[in-house]
Amino acid sequence: MGIHIEWNDEVLIAKADGRLDGTNASAFQKELETAVDTNARVLILDLEQISYISSAGLRVILLTAKSLLNKNAKFAVCSLSAQIREVFEISGFDKIISVHASQAEAVAALTH
Amino acid sequence: MPPPSKILVVDDEPDLEPLMLQRMRRYIQAGHYTFLFAKNGLDALDRLNQHKDVDVVISDINMPKMDGLTLLGRIHEINPHIPSIVISAYDDMKNIRTAMNRGAFDFVTKPLDFGDLHLTIDRTLTHLREWREALASHDNLLTLQNELNVAGKIQQSILPGRFHERPDYQIAGQMEPARNLGGDFFDVLRLQNDRVGLVIADVSDKGVPAALFMMCSRTLIKGAAIGSRGPGEVLGTVNNLLCEDNDVAMFVTVFYAVYDPKTGELTYANGGHNAPLIIHADGRSTVVPMTGGIALGVVPDFQYGQDTVTLSPGDILLLYTDGVTEAMNDADQEFGLDRLRALFAASPPKDSQACNTMVFEAVKVFAGDTPQSDDVTCLTFHRKEAEP
Repeated sequence: MGIHIEWNDEVLIAKADGRLDGTNASAFQKELETAVDTNARVLILDLEQISYISSAGLRVILLTAKSLLNKNAKFAVCSLSAQIREVFEISGFDKIISVHASQAEAVAALTH
Repeated sequence: MPPPSKILVVDDEPDLEPLMLQRMRRYIQAGHYTFLFAKNGLDALDRLNQHKDVDVVISDINMPKMDGLTLLGRIHEINPHIPSIVISAYDDMKNIRTAMNRGAFDFVTKPLDFGDLHLTIDRTLTHLREWREALASHDNLLTLQNELNVAGKIQQSILPGRFHERPDYQIAGQMEPARNLGGDFFDVLRLQNDRVGLVIADVSDKGVPAALFMMCSRTLIKGAAIGSRGPGEVLGTVNNLLCEDNDVAMFVTVFYAVYDPKTGELTYANGGHNAPLIIHADGRSTVVPMTGGIALGVVPDFQYGQDTVTLSPGDILLLYTDGVTEAMNDADQEFGLDRLRALFAASPPKDSQACNTMVFEAVKVFAGDTPQSDDVTCLTFHRKEAEP
């Protein structure tokens, strides 16, 4: 698992890759906490390069969503592969976290 | 203050003893060192056997009866953790190398520089202290490991191990944690009017926090199931209880079903769990339709929908966790739902135990030596052909 974080105007984009499971969930959490601590108003997590996500990984995404909500900041995930989308659908996470097809779509939805 | 470090000096030179005591008197008086002396290797071994608390050995190499190099090999038989310092001739690299190979920690050269010897002894004692601390934390780790093993056994023991035999249905369940402590669990609940409740669940993450959350979830589900109107309501109640004070954002995916043996109807609700499979007698299988719920512990006041399917005689309902379908092989492929269904199509299981065994074995063969990150759990319900 790797994560790359960069600003795109006012939007902070975190792009993760690899497998996201119990073995690296805490490292993933630390990286995202850093992103949350920047006080970004909008954080988009790009999951295009994520090949697998376990419930431990989902938990980190949930934690991130909750802490952003507490700061009145916006959060979305984007670019999910069919497999990752299925994980979001089965767990019901697609009902509470906004999911977008692409980065551009997510940026448009969250900044207007 | 810690007791003085006990140092055994081994040398056949009779002058060394008074000289050492004289030159080291400051450290002896300050209570840092206390010395013992031996005249050769054999004498040293006797001393070590009498004084089990020797911390450091300082030894000459050339001595009668047993030389210093032989002594080095023998010290470790008495206590493998005693470090030694070798005294050698100034340019005797050959013996120094042999001594280091035999486990000497450091060396000093003749003629002895007592200032250097003092520094070498202190460095050796520091090493010894760190080594002992490392050993202690290793022991602590072993204790923790033992506790985790016990916790794992407790966890297994709360899972139903024996299932009541019925002429009209049979149940089998099994959980194999990826680590000592799993996050998966299952339960079988006897409800009013002969109905039976089936629970399968998967807590986010593994280890101690997940195990605690699992125990809590299991108890809440059991409590809510008794006297509730239906599975949707059970999940709603448990969800609200789990959402309270859940700052760590733990959650649990739960599939909960109630089977009524009078009608063969299975009423179920799903809280973010993967859909179970109904395996028919001919090996074909049907994925149980979802009810659109969210994992429990995430959003309070969520209304969990429920649905009903009817199990035909001969049908097997397989509840499982994603450790089955997401088991990985060495080519980074997932076991997957298709492989699972093909397994049953090729050879329809005759009962619930056979079904579980098939799944666990197929996953094991598929995964091979690839380490698995997730628990594997199956709870299987077989509506038997012969009705009472």
